[in-house]
Parts: sequence; C-alpha cells; structure tokens
Amino acid sequence: MTKSLHISVLTSLVLLFFVVSDYHDGNLARIMVLAIYAVGYNLLFGYTGLLSLGHALFFAAGMYGLALPIQHLGVSPIEAFAMGLASAATVSLVIGFLALRTTGAAFMIVTLMFAQAGFLALLYFGQWTRGDEGFVIQQADRIIAGIDFSQSTERYFAAFVLFAVAYLLIAWLISTPFGKCLIAIRENEERAQMLGYDVHRHKLLAMLVSGTLSGASGAAYAFLFGYAGATFASVQYSILPLLWVLLGGAGTTIGPLIGTAFAFYLIDISSHFTTAHLLVVGLAIVLLTLFAPQGLAGEIRNRLISWLP
Amino acid sequence: MDFAPHLFLATLEGAITAAVISLTAVGLSLVFGIMRVVNVAHGEFFMLGAVVAWWVASTLGGHAALGFLAALIIAPLFVGLMAALADRLVLERLNYDLERTIVATIGLLYVIQQVALMTFGPDARPVEAPFDLRIAIPWFEFSDTGVNLIWPWGLATTGYKLAVIAAAAIIVTSIIVFLKRSRFGLMMRATQMDSEMASAFGIPVRRVYCVVFGLGAALAALGAVLIVPIQQAHYLMGGDPLLLSFIVVIIGGLGSLPGTILAAVLIGMSDGIISVFFSPTLAKILATLLVALVLIFRPHGLFGHHTS
Repeated sequence: MTKSLHISVLTSLVLLFFVVSDYHDGNLARIMVLAIYAVGYNLLFGYTGLLSLGHALFFAAGMYGLALPIQHLGVSPIEAFAMGLASAATVSLVIGFLALRTTGAAFMIVTLMFAQAGFLALLYFGQWTRGDEGFVIQQADRIIAGIDFSQSTERYFAAFVLFAVAYLLIAWLISTPFGKCLIAIRENEERAQMLGYDVHRHKLLAMLVSGTLSGASGAAYAFLFGYAGATFASVQYSILPLLWVLLGGAGTTIGPLIGTAFAFYLIDISSHFTTAHLLVVGLAIVLLTLFAPQGLAGEIRNRLISWLP
Repeated sequence: MDFAPHLFLATLEGAITAAVISLTAVGLSLVFGIMRVVNVAHGEFFMLGAVVAWWVASTLGGHAALGFLAALIIAPLFVGLMAALADRLVLERLNYDLERTIVATIGLLYVIQQVALMTFGPDARPVEAPFDLRIAIPWFEFSDTGVNLIWPWGLATTGYKLAVIAAAAIIVTSIIVFLKRSRFGLMMRATQMDSEMASAFGIPVRRVYCVVFGLGAALAALGAVLIVPIQQAHYLMGGDPLLLSFIVVIIGGLGSLPGTILAAVLIGMSDGIISVFFSPTLAKILATLLVALVLIFRPHGLFGHHTS
C-alpha cells in the first residue's frame, strides 16, 4: 500500500512536467527543492516532536556552503554541493549538541537565537556574502558534465531527483527501528527513556539528518536558481517550513510536499491582488492552529485513509 | 570630542534603549510569567502603538504636545483592547497550550504587520516631540589652572530624551506597586503561582489572562509612543524590540520582574555602547549568542531563582 503510494506520488511529479505549462514547470521545480527543506523539517518537528524556530540557519549553511566556494574559490559544482552538505551537517551537529540540552519553549528560543546570530553574521560579513542584496551564481558555474542546470528541463529533473531521494530516505527511515524510536520520543519521551532508548542520541541524529536535508535544499536552491542572499537566513525562512509542514500535515510522509505546494500557490495567487501577501500566510497559520492542527494530510488520514504513512 | 564625553553620550543613548526595552520586556515577562505564553507578536503590538500614535497625532493637529498626550492615552488603550480581543479569539481557544500559542502568535505577527503595511504604508513617519529643549552638557578638563568646566561641541541631549527615561522609570515602578498592592495585582500573582488553585478560590483566571495579555501589549505600545518622537514609526519596526525584549526576559530569568528590569538596563546600556563604538549588528550578534548560551547553561536566567 505505502509503496504504491510513494511510486504514484513520484510518477505523477514526472508526468506533471509534460502536462503543465513552462511557468508552472518553473514553480514546480522550486516547490520540489523547497519541499526537501520541509521534508527535513518534518523529521524533527513531525516525527520527533521538536519544534525548531531556527532551521533557516541550516538552509543557509547549505546555501552559502555551496555558493561561497563557487564564488570566491572557483570550486566545481559537485565539490561545492558536498561542501554545502558538510557545512549544514556540521552546523546542525553543533547546534543540536548545544540546543538539545533544553526542552520546550527554551528549545524554540535557543534555535531562534542561534539562527538570528547566523543571519546577523551574514550581514556583518557583507564583504563576502553581499548581505541582503546577495549575489548571483553565473550560468557558467552551473554546468556539470556539459549539462546546463540553468535550463528549465534540466533544472526540473535535478529538483525531482533530489526530492525523490529525500522523500524516499525519510519514508524508509521512519519504517526502521530508529524511526519508530523517534516517534516513541514524540509520543512520550520519558517512557522511551525508561524503555532503555538513548533519547539524547536519537534526537541528535534526527537533528543531524533534518539539518543536513535542509542544507541540501539550500544548496540545491542556490545552484538551480543561481542566487544566494541573506534573506534566506532570516526568521521568515525558519517559519516557512513550519507553515508548510503544519499545512500539509506534520508526521506524514506526503504532508511536506502538499503543504509546500499549497502555500506556494496561495502566495503566488494572492500576490496578484496585494503586496501584503504575507497576510495570507499569517491568517493561514492562525486558522490552521485553530481548526486543523493536523494539516491537510492529517485530516485525510483521520477521515478517509487511515493507513496513510 | 575626546573618548570620555563620547562614552557618556553612548551611555545616554543606551539608557534610552534600556528605558523603552524595560517597558516592552516587562510586558512580555508578565505575559510569560502569568500565562505561560511566549508571545511572538509582542513586537507587532509595539509597532501598532507607534502607528496609532502617529495616526492620533496627525489627525488631531494643533500643538505637538496635545497630539502626543492624546496618543499617550489612546495608543496603549487601543493596542491593549486589540490584544485582549486576540486573547479571546485565538489564545483562549487554544487552551494556552505553549507550542500552539507560539505558532498562532507567529501568525498574528504577520497579520498585524501586513495590515499595517496595507493601511499605514511602507514609509517611515515621524511624530513631533511634545517639547523641544536642547540641553548642552558641561565636561571637566584638567589644565594648569586646575579643573575647568568646558562645553564641548556636540555634547548635548534633548530634554525629551531625559523625559523618556524618567517616564519609563515611573511606569515600571507603578506596575510593580500595582502588582504588590492592588487587589487585581494579588489575583495576578495568585494566578502566576498556581492557576488551578487560584481558580478553586474563585479567581476568574480566564479574565485575568485576558487583562494580562492586554496589559502586556499596552506596555509595549506605551514604550513605542515614548520612542516615536526619537525614531520614526514604520511597519517593520517591531523586530528589534521583540528580539531585545526576548533577550532581556531570558537573561533576567523567565517571568522574574526584578531580573527583567535589571537585565533591561544591562542589555540596553551595552547595546547602546557597543552600537556606538563598534556596529549595531555586532552588538546584536553578541546579545543573541549570549541568550542562547544563558538558556542552555543557566535556564533560569542570570538573576532567576530555581523553582521546582
């Protein structure tokens, strides 16, 4: 059942490319890259029950881990992508090690503060990062083995492959004993501890995987769309994955993709009418916490398909 | 100008930051201490205070002092009522659950900010100070003839800035007296200690929550009205006070009022001084890192007490 669901989700993403217009192809590529971020966030928030308000730090660690070496050291894209992943992994391990000493509201505030410090540091070292203004990664630097990833078809399928890897990785991870233990921690941390699980180590590993996936999304975004800027490290980008996961359904494999796509088109459509499109984001958050705390996929699971993973 | 007078000026600027931040932070601290709610929209209530102050002052016209005094009363009242409404419509329905209220107040943050953008617009607008008084500050100089009193060029402040510091001190003191001496203050303290027990003794806990949330927002708005003749009103101005109040409340110990006030003075002063001599960004990087480390290694704050 779940296997056929995963296959049909991924096949329909491939088919969509041929069905919809170029404009939507561009949007879908962006949605899939950002959905990797949401998938990573979901592992920590949806499955482990840790609400972080500082994931933009990991996203930015991946983004700048790729963009800065390309810009200043002339590193090749593949090496730069590995550097982006390594920098996100390092940052999430260090922040996880420190922040996981706290719980509840303190954890949210600690992650928020670290992310804010990271954002301000990007502004402070504006000489290299070009701060808010950001910098463009030239088209010449976005070619691997003769394939130009600034073209829409190449970009779409690169985004698809990366998303598929992230999606299947998490779907597999939560079916392993490790994943079950994360869910046990979410449901009742003390009980999991009493049953003999090393709760701290599990949380730290969840943080590592979640942060590295977020960083992979940031690196892919910078590479495929050719831009890195400090805005991606701001509080808003810590809040967006929370919104996507809440919208789509926390603790469901498909939720992050649904939520990202839904929020993306919500903002896309509302920005035709008003410049204050964040108003829609705010209202959506308030209404969701009030009326559908389980999100879209969560509501579907409750009402229609109880086996939804 | 020499180093010492420069430092003195920086300290004075820091004292103004400290005065305004102590008001917003006391508001945030009351809400957290009594309701156990982390209000992420607190900075937007601050911004709303400034925007309403501009609106009142520009509609009334006439003498600057008249508009300012009207704003000083109307803005906190309006913002307090809005917050009380948000409490009734949103927070109460969420049962004051810690995590869900954080998410909901993030939503409120965007709603308030974007509504301000749509109505007030993207421009920064000033409110005139109620009085215009420039005070030159004398400085000492040691020379062959002994100590001389000199008036260095540029070493000056306005009477209004001093009035802001005095006003903040008076407001914070009256809040403490209100909490300690009044009947409603007693109810608030009882709710803070044990809301279930308070409820059993007939204290209308829900109403206390509603008033506390309104009061917290009104304090933020009051701080904004005081600062708006020095800074301008802008729809994005809520970010910095939110961050600084968070920092202050955490360093002072979550929910501890004396700690909060002490931390406001400490953080406000050092923010002012580091901003003048180094860069405002560096000051904020240091402050945010300090908060994160304090929360990790001293979860009860630098001045907080250990409670069970």
